[in-house]
Amino acid sequence: MSEVKLMKGNEAFAEALIRAGTDAYFGYPITPQSEVVEYLMSQKPYETTGMVVLQCESEVAAINMCYGGAGAGFKVATSSSSPGISLKQEGISYLAGAELPALILNVARGGPGLGTIQPAQSDYFQATKGGGHGDYRLFVLAPSSVQEMADFVPLAFDVAFKYRNPAMILSDGIIGQMMEKVTLFEPIPRRSLEQIEKECPWATTGKKPNRERNIITSLDLDPISQEKHVMKLKEKYEKMQAELRYEEINTDDAEYLIVAYGSSARICHKVVSIARKQGLKVGLLRPITLFPFPYKRINELANKVKHILVTELSLGQMVEDVKLAVEGKVPVYFYGRTGGAIYTPVEILEYLKTKL
Amino acid sequence: MITYKDIIKPENLVYRRTPLLTQKTLSFCPGCGHGTVHRLIMEVVEEMNIQQDTIGIAPVGCSVLAYEFMDIDMQQAAHGRATALATALSRLMPNKYVFTYQGDGDLAAIGTAETIHACNRGENFIIIFINNGIYGMTGGQMAPTTIPDMITTTSPYGRDTKIMGNPLKITELVAQLPGTCYVTRQSVHTPNNVRKTKKAIRNAFEYIKQKKGTCFIEVVSNCPSGWRMTPLQANKWMEENMFKHYPLGDLKVPSNENVKQ
Ligand SMILES: Cc1ncc(C[n+]2csc(CCOP(=O)(O)OP(=O)(O)O)c2C)c(N)n1
Ligand code: SF4
Repeated sequence: MSEVKLMKGNEAFAEALIRAGTDAYFGYPITPQSEVVEYLMSQKPYETTGMVVLQCESEVAAINMCYGGAGAGFKVATSSSSPGISLKQEGISYLAGAELPALILNVARGGPGLGTIQPAQSDYFQATKGGGHGDYRLFVLAPSSVQEMADFVPLAFDVAFKYRNPAMILSDGIIGQMMEKVTLFEPIPRRSLEQIEKECPWATTGKKPNRERNIITSLDLDPISQEKHVMKLKEKYEKMQAELRYEEINTDDAEYLIVAYGSSARICHKVVSIARKQGLKVGLLRPITLFPFPYKRINELANKVKHILVTELSLGQMVEDVKLAVEGKVPVYFYGRTGGAIYTPVEILEYLKTKL
Repeated sequence: MITYKDIIKPENLVYRRTPLLTQKTLSFCPGCGHGTVHRLIMEVVEEMNIQQDTIGIAPVGCSVLAYEFMDIDMQQAAHGRATALATALSRLMPNKYVFTYQGDGDLAAIGTAETIHACNRGENFIIIFINNGIYGMTGGQMAPTTIPDMITTTSPYGRDTKIMGNPLKITELVAQLPGTCYVTRQSVHTPNNVRKTKKAIRNAFEYIKQKKGTCFIEVVSNCPSGWRMTPLQANKWMEENMFKHYPLGDLKVPSNENVKQ
């Protein structure tokens, strides 16, 4: 049954994992996402759905446990925050190379280095441009509410299995820590081993007499066949464009467009309503998927507006993609706070007004 | 006159290549112990009739291509992380047989944390640890298990323990952890030792069947190429030098009353 609850974003994500029929979660504590593993341990899903929950020795171990489970066709997830996500990068690259589905949540914080435990959006490049080594991409979703922290879990798994590719939910300390009302979707049962073997004929669940052995690897020493493999990945990323998602607010008659994602989009939603009250025709485009990115739609909107403002809780990362999309048609401005500092709607509006 | 046709009869068969090894020619250097251990594992899997239920994991190292030779489902792991993969696999499929096959650089340097924590949790899988005292795949660099004064490409004047640290006896270390149920050190350089190693592998698979916890088999092995020796020289050198640091035998066996026969 669907249920309405007041929850933190991290808890909603964890509850959604159980409800989505996740087979295993592997994590390591780090602020501001430790509630994920804490919540799972408190709910003991291993006694109800049989889901494996393990606090691992490190983020490196956690992501490689995901690789092992994913290689056998199981629905596996891990979560961390920025420094821990950096540690997972080799494993994420292996997942992509071996074409394995897995869900990774980043509840991002300010950096670089140990940085701060306060929220930031400075892991955009890492999430959308590869992050680890080699030619690969992740499917990246950016939630801007506690509701989406829950709803994106089954969505991310669906896309991950459809394309056999790791998916990332790029959140931040604001969305992870804030409490909101959330309507929880109805639980989906975990798949049986027989179902997994049917749906994932590539899974290493033990070689049956009626098939060849299954091998999970990202190794191919021959450059020509490695190139072929990477080209196949490229085709997959092109097909993944079909998963593009974005949201528009007051863009119909907008003279000024703001592009923001995640927690920043939430703040900019407020900017739009204050601006509208003051008679300023401001609209908002919120990319929901960061990969694929709504280049085309932004390009279309660039034909209609006077300028575009990108706001991010970083020194400016997504702004590069917006500039690529705009192709110089209109000026693209950037307003950011970083290192864990957060802007207010008024602060952003004041900046926007200096550019009128 | 007796011809070969009179001899090749089922009743005269004393040995055959296990069908669980693929037709592919092994890529190991002549005389290398890796191939022998590959064969032994597959023979045990065949004898126990558990091909359908066995999943192997080979991380980076000379044995990274194990999946080309073993006719079972396999995963290739990142350097050092085989026991993390195995943890997930054995927890998600508790009735399957999961084993890792790791070199010393992999298991005792970059993967030390994963090794110790998997053993400490008592994960129900087998770790086959090939200790050749060197990084074979990358061309003969010093390993954590390289013995004092041994020459490698990164200890060209011999391992100076004052500067480079001491050989890590990780097998002694994991034997102390409550999660391991069976810890043994073997070799495959003589027919007798090959038989003992095979027995050890069989024991380990039986303990896994009984869900007794982590089984850890170290095989002290050679690396003729990395050691810059002929296979015969390598085996002799191993006996005379490696065994002093890595004495063969069981370090831990399950107590009898716990063994359900
Ligand atoms: C992260 C990472 N670091 C380094 C390497 C390079 N590398 C490949 S195999 C290896 C060492 C292998 O030695 P060992 O584990 O002892 O196995 P052997 O080749 O001797 O059988 C190294 C350092 C790698 N593949 N990945
Ligand atoms: S380099 Fe050494 S360990 Fe690797 S195959 Fe050759 S002899 Fe064996």
